[in-house]
Amino acid sequence: MKKQQTGQSMDRVDGRLKVTGGAKYFADHQLPELLYAALVCSSISNGTIKSINTTKALRAPGVQDVISHLNAPPVPGYKNSDPNAKDGLKIFKDNRIYSNGQPVAIVLANTMERAVHAASLVEVQYNQETHYTDMNANMGKAFQNNRMKDYTRGEADAWKKAPVTIDATYSLPLEVHNPMELAGIIAHWDTPDTLVLYAKTQGVKNVQDTIKRLFQIPEQNITVHSQFVGGGFGMALRVWPLEIATIVAAKKVRKPVKLVITRDQMFTLVGYRPNAVQRLSLGATADGKLTGITHEAVAVTSPYEDFTEGIVSMSKFMYACPNVTTRYKLVPLNISTPIWMRGPGEATGAFALESAIDELSYKLNIDPLELRVLNHADTDPEKDLPFSSKYLKEAYQLGAEKIGWSNRKAAPRSMQEDGMLVGYGMSSGTFGAFRGKATVSATLKADGSLILQSAAADIGPGTATAMVQIAADVTGIAPAKIKFMLGESAYPFAPQQGGSSTVSTLGSAVTDACKALQQKLAGLAISHVPAFKNAAPETIIFEDGQLLRAGQSEKISYETILQQQQLPEVNVVATSQSGEERKKYSMYSFSVHFTKVHVHPATGVVRIKHIVSVADAGTIVNAKTARSQMIGGVVGGIGMALTEEAVMDHRFGRFVNNNYADYHVPVNADTPPTDVYFINKKDPYINPMGSKGMGEIALIGFAAAVSNAVYHATGKRVRDLPITPDKVLDEKGYQQWKLENKMST
Amino acid sequence: MNQFSYVRPASLKAAIDAVAKDNTARFIAGGTNLLDLMKSGVVIPEKLVDINRLPLKDIQLNGNTLHIGALALNSELAAHELVTTHHPLLSQALLAGASQQLRNMATVGGNMMQRTRCTYFYDTTMPCNKRSPNSGCGAIGGINRMHAIFGASESCIAVHPSDMCVALAALDATVLVTGPKGNRRIPFTDFHRLPGNTPQLDNNLAKGELITAVEIPANAYTKNVYYLKVRDRASYAFALVSVAAALDISNNVIRSARLAMGGVAHKPWRLYDAEKALAGKAPTEENFRHAADIALQSAKAYTHNQFKTGLSVNSIQTALLKAASV
Ligand SMILES: Cc1cc2nc3c(=O)[nH]c(=O)nc-3n(C[C@H](O)[C@H](O)[C@H](O)COP(=O)(O)OP(=O)(O)OC[C@H]3O[C@@H](n4cnc5c(N)ncnc54)[C@H](O)[C@@H]3O)c2cc1C
Ligand code: SF4
Repeated sequence: MKKQQTGQSMDRVDGRLKVTGGAKYFADHQLPELLYAALVCSSISNGTIKSINTTKALRAPGVQDVISHLNAPPVPGYKNSDPNAKDGLKIFKDNRIYSNGQPVAIVLANTMERAVHAASLVEVQYNQETHYTDMNANMGKAFQNNRMKDYTRGEADAWKKAPVTIDATYSLPLEVHNPMELAGIIAHWDTPDTLVLYAKTQGVKNVQDTIKRLFQIPEQNITVHSQFVGGGFGMALRVWPLEIATIVAAKKVRKPVKLVITRDQMFTLVGYRPNAVQRLSLGATADGKLTGITHEAVAVTSPYEDFTEGIVSMSKFMYACPNVTTRYKLVPLNISTPIWMRGPGEATGAFALESAIDELSYKLNIDPLELRVLNHADTDPEKDLPFSSKYLKEAYQLGAEKIGWSNRKAAPRSMQEDGMLVGYGMSSGTFGAFRGKATVSATLKADGSLILQSAAADIGPGTATAMVQIAADVTGIAPAKIKFMLGESAYPFAPQQGGSSTVSTLGSAVTDACKALQQKLAGLAISHVPAFKNAAPETIIFEDGQLLRAGQSEKISYETILQQQQLPEVNVVATSQSGEERKKYSMYSFSVHFTKVHVHPATGVVRIKHIVSVADAGTIVNAKTARSQMIGGVVGGIGMALTEEAVMDHRFGRFVNNNYADYHVPVNADTPPTDVYFINKKDPYINPMGSKGMGEIALIGFAAAVSNAVYHATGKRVRDLPITPDKVLDEKGYQQWKLENKMST
Repeated sequence: MNQFSYVRPASLKAAIDAVAKDNTARFIAGGTNLLDLMKSGVVIPEKLVDINRLPLKDIQLNGNTLHIGALALNSELAAHELVTTHHPLLSQALLAGASQQLRNMATVGGNMMQRTRCTYFYDTTMPCNKRSPNSGCGAIGGINRMHAIFGASESCIAVHPSDMCVALAALDATVLVTGPKGNRRIPFTDFHRLPGNTPQLDNNLAKGELITAVEIPANAYTKNVYYLKVRDRASYAFALVSVAAALDISNNVIRSARLAMGGVAHKPWRLYDAEKALAGKAPTEENFRHAADIALQSAKAYTHNQFKTGLSVNSIQTALLKAASV
């Protein structure tokens, strides 16, 4: 047998292209007669457009057109929609403004600079109405969405009766995905009803589907290219009004149009992680058994869509607790619609739950790790099903050992080194291990190379690389001879890259396609190759890219079959999806995060010194890209814990830190040595590889591991992220911690 | 961005003439601040006068005085042996600023002239007296976590964002300027202004005047110095508060001290009273604390920057301790 490919740290198949600039991202494409677009965005937060004066803009050099609701060609898909249906912002449909930064017009010119300049010359007058952007001031408007009903298991709010309780409120600010690559699109109407798009998307098929619906043209008339994506984190999981605006503009001028939005527009046009306030209440017996959990969340949404996510999900099944209540409400505000951001709602919820568990551990005087083990859910208490696989306890132990948890002194503010307060914190995370439906086309060429195609996306995790490894193991073909092609709507269907499901979904389809291909080859061998004549198909064995017959020495390679039959290639298309197993088992990935922090005793500055993250994500397909994936999630978690917050001035409804200098994503100096470990045990049920998802659990729970460590270091509980120095100190900033030795310097 | 013309004069005179005679002209050095301001529509020059060909890059000792050309790059200056040996405080402050890439472009003159990072100043849809006099101050009733606690006015509470300038203020530097009317020397601490009711003016440079150099006189602050920068992110973030501390200690007595703060005022903020309080005292935690308390007596905080008061006290004390212990 050849070396097993899954599990190896194979280099990315597209790594060279990426680091040499050979990879073409959407904005890198050039088309003849291309026009550049810039958006004019609303400077008010609620009201209507009174007038738009484009005289100056149209006179500016190189300008082709300025398009707004006043002159945009109609979008046929808008027509029949119910005006009260909360089905999204219909760009250029009318003069209504719902939020600050909403696109009002799109300017087209022959260079980007000219378009941007002309956009600044468009004069818009508004009828301004009172706007509402502050969640805390508008809690009275909170309502429940049908997708997210109240949940009770056992007795409602049972925590209140418990001998030991925690009842605390946690808040998270609005966070923006802010991938390095800016959003945008190139739109080109080849003919009046055929459209070519170069998109930044986490799913070309989703783009195709949305455009089909809105522009009412057949699917086959829409071509979407998106081979490389410079980061998404969730913001590219839907088609946004900015893309529709570009398509409409291209339709009007009958030329290809390219739009790349600006960094500040990334804060208002492509979603965000909604800010949320959560009340987490726990009840426990004196010996640490949870008797009640109540998790209440309120988060923001836009006026025109109800966005919900899994904020309260984890509380329902993470711990073996007989009585659980969850409530989740939305506050509609004059802001754009949120969208899933890495670790989506679960990351928000995990911060509250895992902080509260930590608070309880101090109240009970039980080690936080021990408390979690004590309340470990051996089976899923929500679905009342066994877990398909769960090695969380092992993960706890491994992480504890690697961070040196046993060195941790139990009492808060009891550890110091190098003039710093030292704290250790931990938390856990979990996210559904999904498997969707996907189709893969597999083509074996006469030279023995294998080409796999599916309309999947790769926003960075290394999808093609993992798929090559999976295919190599099924077929026995060397990875160098396998090519996985994605990011084209012309390929067979694959779902969006989101929800940590790509390896599971697509890997299964790759497996099935490769197996189907082998069967087809077996069929050819049985009918045409003398040594295999009349063999029963089940007696044919596939090994190292060859066919064998059980008990016989005869072998034939795949390519020899093709060559003998003078076939240039053999193709199969296979669709794969989950089955009954999902009804029998509850499927989740789990993660455990440990951090060691330093807190400066006089300035309140928190620095993470060491991170250990352990993933229970089933079989690891590629140890190298998996590690990168975990580290990436951890960096997002550092941002959530310590630095990221989009700040709005509610008087205007405008963000005041909408740039990379003021919206702080972590930099290298914020990112300490991060040790990643995998349990790497196959999930026997989820899919043929036994792999569960990992993208989300890398981040979920992480922020709590930091805030718990800050509490351990200082005795101060920060329940309001991010943990900036001012929050660690007191309101006037005077707080100081005395060190045992000399004051820190 | 507007269309603009671009010239690259070879002589000081030509450069000064080009700006002095044209109201819409601006000098450009590294461009790391000016280009951002142009892209945001805050500054709309019609002519850029690139000064990078002027012979203003020299870093040298004139007698005991360190002469730093206005075009010396922040990165080169920070690493220069004359700076690391004679004025290590300046080196530390430079390295605390921006990022390596920016420091490779940023010049000394440009750093002094950089505008505030107040976000209302950058967003042309918002009120801001500094950008657009009499439009109001967005920050006073708005988000002012990053804003001033010293020397602010009712028209502006912005801070000067530079790190380098905090060290130069502490080190009694002098600014050398050449303009249409000839040469001037301006004490560094008089170079930047307080906002008063003319917040549109950041400094006392006249139209067409060019910074040619900065000079630092010889001093005894070669060892016991420390630049502390407290920020929201470990690198590549502006200071919440910063402290430049320099001590001349002999026989466990502070002979003299220099203290300046960044992130707290419209200009680098010298703490003269605290310096006086330290002179002749022992370098103890208590004395440092006392000096820090004195420094903060005139502080006035706004809605979101209350924390800066205590954080300043703690930071001054910490910087002094660190300076004393090296
Ligand atoms: C993201 C980011 C983070 C930053 N972080 C920090 C930080 O943490 N700390 C910090 O201190 N700085 C920071 N900076 C600011 C940086 O230090 C300044 O942008 C830089 O010093 C400006 O120098 P420059 O040569 O590029 O100036 P330019 O952008 O070329 O010019 C700035 C201004 O100075 C004028 N000017 C330039 N030279 C002269 C001269 N010789 N005489 C008269 N006028 C002149 C120009 O006309 C212009 O108005 C940051 C900047 C950015 C973009
Ligand atoms: S503080 Fe100064 S710069 Fe900021 S908004 Fe007010 S006037 Fe403008």
